[in-house]
Amino acid sequence: MNALLRRLRAELFATPADGALSVALIMLLSLGAFGFLRWALTQAQWAVVKVNSTLFAVGRYPIEQQWRLWLLTALLVAASGATWGLLRAHPRPDRTGVLWPRNDRLALVLLALIALALPSALGLTLAIQTRWWGLLLLLALCRWLAGRFGANLSSTGRRLAALVWPLLYLVGMVLISGGLGLVTVSPSEWGGLLLTLLASSFAILLCFPIGVLLALGRRSELPLLRWGSVLYIEFIRGAPLITLLFLGQNILGFLLPGGLAPERVWRAAWVLTFFAAAYLAEAVRSGLAAVPRGQLEAARSLGLSYPKALQHVVLPQALRVALPAMVGQFISLLQDTTLLSLIGLLELLGTARTVMANPAFLGRNGEVYLTLAVLFWGCCAALGLSSRALERRLDPHAVPSAT
Amino acid sequence: MAPVPPADPAPRPATPPSPPWWRDRRIVPWVVQAVVGLLVLLLIAFLLGNLIRNLTAAGLLLSWRWLQQPAGFDISESVIPFNAQLPYWRALAAGLVNTIRAVLVGLVGATLLGTLVGMASFSHNGLLRRLARVYVEVVRNIPLLLQLVFWYFVVFLTLPNGLAAIQLPGVVLAKSGLYIAGFGEGLRWMGPSLVNEVWQAPLRLSVEFGALLTGLIVYSGAFIAEVVRGGIAAVPKGQWEAASSLGLSWFATLRRIVLPQSLRVIVPGLNTQYISLAKNSSLAVAVGYTDLYSVAETTLNQTGRAVEVILVLLAAYLTLDLLISALMNGLNHLVQIRER
Repeated sequence: MNALLRRLRAELFATPADGALSVALIMLLSLGAFGFLRWALTQAQWAVVKVNSTLFAVGRYPIEQQWRLWLLTALLVAASGATWGLLRAHPRPDRTGVLWPRNDRLALVLLALIALALPSALGLTLAIQTRWWGLLLLLALCRWLAGRFGANLSSTGRRLAALVWPLLYLVGMVLISGGLGLVTVSPSEWGGLLLTLLASSFAILLCFPIGVLLALGRRSELPLLRWGSVLYIEFIRGAPLITLLFLGQNILGFLLPGGLAPERVWRAAWVLTFFAAAYLAEAVRSGLAAVPRGQLEAARSLGLSYPKALQHVVLPQALRVALPAMVGQFISLLQDTTLLSLIGLLELLGTARTVMANPAFLGRNGEVYLTLAVLFWGCCAALGLSSRALERRLDPHAVPSAT
Repeated sequence: MAPVPPADPAPRPATPPSPPWWRDRRIVPWVVQAVVGLLVLLLIAFLLGNLIRNLTAAGLLLSWRWLQQPAGFDISESVIPFNAQLPYWRALAAGLVNTIRAVLVGLVGATLLGTLVGMASFSHNGLLRRLARVYVEVVRNIPLLLQLVFWYFVVFLTLPNGLAAIQLPGVVLAKSGLYIAGFGEGLRWMGPSLVNEVWQAPLRLSVEFGALLTGLIVYSGAFIAEVVRGGIAAVPKGQWEAASSLGLSWFATLRRIVLPQSLRVIVPGLNTQYISLAKNSSLAVAVGYTDLYSVAETTLNQTGRAVEVILVLLAAYLTLDLLISALMNGLNHLVQIRER
């Protein structure tokens, strides 16, 4: 208690001026918090979010086909749980492995709270609430199974297990868009969070190889490759994304032979990809610059060919250095998907606009935008956290920690 | 004992066997470049061929004559005089001036806010320090477009009008606009005044401009705060200690010792942030402020001249970026520490 008081005193009331500032800040903060709570509890009408929760989640995806999205979610949850467990069952050799570190227990409790409280707060039917609980159980089960028995998996087995993710992406694409015996759901019917996540994951996956190639091109000794990459990167980085999306919607149709231009959603996704690739290239370039020249020279003098030297020696080191910057780009890419609403696509923000055009929900901007802000903040913060965790895992100089 | 015959030196070839041509370091780079160059050229030729064929079919082959036709739409707020009878190029110019106005004011505001928050994260006061962190973490993880529509629809459009408007010293915030004190007729200082239920002031900003500015300043301010924080953190701790042992206060230490030294780290980072602020100003279209992009969109919808309009847009933003870069590079030369 005394220690707490001492710390408070040192942090807030060290000098008279400090104390006055602290008091003023505390008063301002409590006024703000009080005003916000009064608005949120008495004036705000959260029905706009409750009634439209399905619209915000998947847009106008046909109701009788939504089981496909539930199946995909279940698959993703199972794969996440298994990956989580495997990561804990196979800690890096220089680290002590604890199957259930404190953060993991905390995360699971948090997820459980969300799965229990959110569906009932949204006023979903009991059938859908039980699906949420089922997903939670599935996650915990896969996490436990993989943690318990994952240690027996050989290294080839682990390599194969990692292949589940690209496979799952393809399966997900089929489940969402149809084909292979499933009813086709055209991209114009995708919306809400589904479209936001789909567009951003598509762009993140594809911009990565393009960005690495561009970065290598920019550092190449061949003048044509170097100047070509520089021209592309600087052109893209000089233009606002909205003008490029505008270009994609209005000019792509002219650039390709008649009828070959992709659907509006895909056009936007490709523009996002090529836009993000230029920024990612700069992040990777900074990573490449951090790898000493001697590394490439040593690898070459050991007889590795140039591509092999890049693949096994230079790129692993460069990408590890560039990781924080790259994830920063991915986070801003996720945020940039909101711009799709300006060209008439119904991702989260676009859906919000159509909801608020409904006379029943006129003027309910505050509730909707606040919900979206929380959602985006959560997604971006989660990306940032996982980036930091990955950094620690890849850090070659890390010391074993007790937790 | 038989004498050991002298070891016969292995016959050495006069020149090492030349590698096959596909591994020859003199040839391979050129082959790679030729192949890549050819592919790119083919792609460009293919796209351009399609473009010309499709544009001819649509009767929209590149032409700039439409720039002289009357625009036919009005711009609600324009620094340079504009009306619907004036030609398209005047409309685009008015949009560009509006963009530059937003960018300039935004730059100044975001720099001030960012510097203050960046300094606050080194404060002795724990609460202030944490508030600065929270501000940066909250703002950076929410999309700018969402913030802009929030400021516009939730804050500025719900402001009261008339007597109920928010009145601060020298500034009045109302739904009909933001009224700021200034020099009126005859260089007399005039505050905002209510005449027949309508506010009047020497300087009136529209709520659209206000929302755009607030959004841009709050968003860019968070990024600039991080740049400033990084710059201050790069100054050795000994500088702080030396200054305070000389009796300088916290603020004087920052202003006279630490900030001047951190500028050489801060300025290159600011360059990136300023350019992205200029590009982000194109989101003004979401809050109804007629900037260059918004005028260009209307122009395209009316004339169908997609290629020309895009070219104008790209050229304008590229020029703006280059201008900012050039200015910041000049500044960078000024603040670098000159060593012997």
